[in-house]
Amino acid sequence: MFDNFVVPNLLPAAPEIFLTVMALAILMIDLLVKDSRRTVIFVLTQLTLIGCAAIQFATSTGEITYTFSNMFVDDLMSDLLKLFLYMTMVIVMFYSRGYIIERESMNKGEYYVLALFATLGMMVMISANHFLTIYIGLELLSLSLYAMVAMNRDSVQSTEAAMKYFVLGALASGLLLYGMSMIYGATGTLEITGIAERLYGGGVNKSVMVFGLVFLVAGLAFKLGVVPFHMWIPDVYHGAPTSVTLLIGSAPKLAAFAIVMRLLVNGLITMAADWQAMLIILSVLSMAIGNLAAIAQTNLKRMLAYSTISHMGFMLLGIVTGVVGGDARYALNAYSSSMFYVIAYVLMSAGTFGMILLMSRAGFEAEEIDDFKGLNKRSPWFAGIMLMLMFSMAGVPFFIGFFAKFSVLQAVVAAGYMWLAIVAVLFSLIGAFYYLRVVKVMYFDAPADDTPFAAPMDMRILISANGLAVAFLGIFPQVIMSLCAYALLRSL
Amino acid sequence: MSTYPLLSLAIWIPIFAGLVVLSTGGDRNAPLARMLSLVGAVAAFLITIPLWTGFDVANGGMQFVELKGWIPRFNINYHLGVDGISMLFVILNAFITIIVVAAGWEVIQTKVAQYNAAFLIMSGLMNGIFTSLDGVLFYVFFEASLIPLYLIIGVWGGPKRVYAAFKFFLYTLFGSLLFLIALMYLFIQSGGSFSILEWHKLPIALGAQVWLFLAFLIAFAVKVPMWPVHTWLPDAHVEAPTGGSIVLAAIALKLGAYGFLRFSLPILPDASHELSGLVVALSLIAVVYIGFVALVQEDMKKLVAYSSIAHMGFVTLGFFMFSPMGVEGALVQMVSHGFVSGAMFFCIGVMYDRVHSRQIADYGGVVNKMPKFAALFMLFTMANAGLPATSGFVGEFMVILGAVKFNFWVAFAAASSMVIGAAYSLWMYKRVIFGDVANHHVEELSDINMREFAILGILAIATLWMGLYPQPFTEVMHASVNDLLRHVAISKIQ
Repeated sequence: MFDNFVVPNLLPAAPEIFLTVMALAILMIDLLVKDSRRTVIFVLTQLTLIGCAAIQFATSTGEITYTFSNMFVDDLMSDLLKLFLYMTMVIVMFYSRGYIIERESMNKGEYYVLALFATLGMMVMISANHFLTIYIGLELLSLSLYAMVAMNRDSVQSTEAAMKYFVLGALASGLLLYGMSMIYGATGTLEITGIAERLYGGGVNKSVMVFGLVFLVAGLAFKLGVVPFHMWIPDVYHGAPTSVTLLIGSAPKLAAFAIVMRLLVNGLITMAADWQAMLIILSVLSMAIGNLAAIAQTNLKRMLAYSTISHMGFMLLGIVTGVVGGDARYALNAYSSSMFYVIAYVLMSAGTFGMILLMSRAGFEAEEIDDFKGLNKRSPWFAGIMLMLMFSMAGVPFFIGFFAKFSVLQAVVAAGYMWLAIVAVLFSLIGAFYYLRVVKVMYFDAPADDTPFAAPMDMRILISANGLAVAFLGIFPQVIMSLCAYALLRSL
Repeated sequence: MSTYPLLSLAIWIPIFAGLVVLSTGGDRNAPLARMLSLVGAVAAFLITIPLWTGFDVANGGMQFVELKGWIPRFNINYHLGVDGISMLFVILNAFITIIVVAAGWEVIQTKVAQYNAAFLIMSGLMNGIFTSLDGVLFYVFFEASLIPLYLIIGVWGGPKRVYAAFKFFLYTLFGSLLFLIALMYLFIQSGGSFSILEWHKLPIALGAQVWLFLAFLIAFAVKVPMWPVHTWLPDAHVEAPTGGSIVLAAIALKLGAYGFLRFSLPILPDASHELSGLVVALSLIAVVYIGFVALVQEDMKKLVAYSSIAHMGFVTLGFFMFSPMGVEGALVQMVSHGFVSGAMFFCIGVMYDRVHSRQIADYGGVVNKMPKFAALFMLFTMANAGLPATSGFVGEFMVILGAVKFNFWVAFAAASSMVIGAAYSLWMYKRVIFGDVANHHVEELSDINMREFAILGILAIATLWMGLYPQPFTEVMHASVNDLLRHVAISKIQ
């Protein structure tokens, strides 16, 4: 009866399995723990993430391993992205803790469990080699995030943001699914490597493929939040509780990068000429609208939302220039520059939202740019950290943001897209303006109030470390750059 | 001698000193912060003395070279070195930093540690620019130096400081971003090298050379600044604190001009010849038109700022004569301008500290109350006007001599600046210093104290030394300038 049943190789998915078990266990433990002892849940969550990282290390073979009938892939790219994912989630959980403790309605064990499930979703996305796996990962991430955005039940704003996020997210999933079904129709397989083989072999209906591709790109663009599918980003970033914004604004970018790589590069590389043109338009529009709209914002969270849009546009440039006219010589360089950009962005974004959390206290969200007024007087150290983060985002050396922009631009120039590099640079200049404005209010303006921050010591230390990492990696970017290049070399 | 990484020390000692000063904290420790900054600035200056003594003037190539891998993935190296062109600026920079720390000694009373740290860090970054032989390293220093200056203008500046700081930052960032793309293009063309010296030998087609030249031109023209992208400079100067103005005029403006010598001329010789007419025309507009603009200024700082633009016009003019006389004259003019404009801004700062006005109309008869100051100020005004025996004369004279060989009418137009320069400098001096005591503010003026006297005295010695005996300065640069001009003479079109 069970003759046909083959036990799949579970080893490549060991971190996912561990995380699932732990998340379910934490959910149970939470029922037994009193509200006052919630620290246990927090510690368990962090241990789970660290455990995942340890398992990831231990099971990494450096080879491309498929499992679950080729639905799941474990390669160096996924190992590296997942390690950064765990690291980001550890930071995010540390930053969130003080924030949710101060807000009664959010201080639940579910917060951590949902975050863990979101992490699981991202891990599945990173390792997906099958349309269904991608979809499952994506939905697991999205559903967890919808709930987390709405967690602050007392806030009308949050509820509204969650509603918007849910409706638009469902729409995006629909587009993605539609595109996937088209491609399935054309190629007869849902497996990404299989699709690549079919396309390579020829005889696939081109017009159906292009049709599917358009929907696929639209769905991905929604998830990445690039123009013209960006409308949800400012509202969700703004409306969500800041600790959730921090989560949405950081780790999922890693997963989004992974699925763009898997779908477009691994799967549809033979159609590069088609998606390239679409992505160029998306990326130029994102840089333009993201940067221009950010200038008009007075709310820091909204400003960062628009800046995310522009950063994702910038990141896409690397993917766009990977293949030029069928020539794949530039690919490795270009994709690794995008990967480095994403990692750098996640680090900066975590630090920036961390600063907002640091400045906030019970009943007061430091989310207006003016809330940073005169920070230099209140705390020169944290003003300095924020200064580094802002200049890094603007792409000024000696910070990591500079080398992130540098490597992407270098890939664009190498591929011969000189005009695109100039456009990107001009929009970066516009972007510098609003980052400078944050520095301006911190250093040039007088503080509105002199109240010291109430943030706990662990958070202060972590933000300092985060800020210093942005500076340190700006001076020594080589290690991460090479890691990205090496991981992609062994994975493509 | 060169077993020590002197250039690295010249870059990192001030930066490290700046971080130490920053850690002294709030204004309770202001005396300590001042003391430490002075120690750091003097130490950084002392480091440059073996550069001067150990420099081989017969060698036109790079000396004190340091080469270490930095980002092997993009073949970016930590590659430092000085030739006769850049060495003077490293020393000038270290020297001016001491002046700046001393100039802010009593004047700056709030956020003392941050103020001094910003200047020390900037000094280190500037040395990094002058000594980088790697394109990306150069760029990194070039752009990072915007941050401290942005803060200096914005935090300690005048009433319109925010506007001025933004304008300064965005103008210069705009220039340098196009420069970055040009660097990447050269990286690709050279088959994966960011070494500036290798680019000097790289063959490039004329079309590409012209585009690269324009990208470089925008970057450096903003920094110099050349007409018509000069408008940020008067704003930045007027709003910056005295120390900021000194550094801006004495060092920061030299970066753009230095870029022409390190990048535009040797890497793109054909485009340089092709487009020399454009640069000469822009330079002459700066010299003549901006000279007239300076004449009508009512604010002393603005007047000196415009005169800086005019003087820097001379520098770019000298470069594009392609003769040893013109280039050396321009270099002398750059160093001289460092001393003279630094001193001019300090003098205006001295008066501003006492009267809190920079309007020429608010002064008159200052000589009656501040005779020592008036005498020294006179010297610098004369140097600004290009009076023989001051450093200002040597450079302008050499550039005009170089220009005569190039084209008589260019030389004629350039020479007219001697008259215009004399007119705005002396007219300002007359209105501020001579005449009857104008009002009760001037009545209450006290003469300069020992500290101010020492600063102006040292600058006066430097100005006169260069004016009377320029030999040591030109000797240092001679071999390197010849080397550079050899590069410019060889066509790179294949």
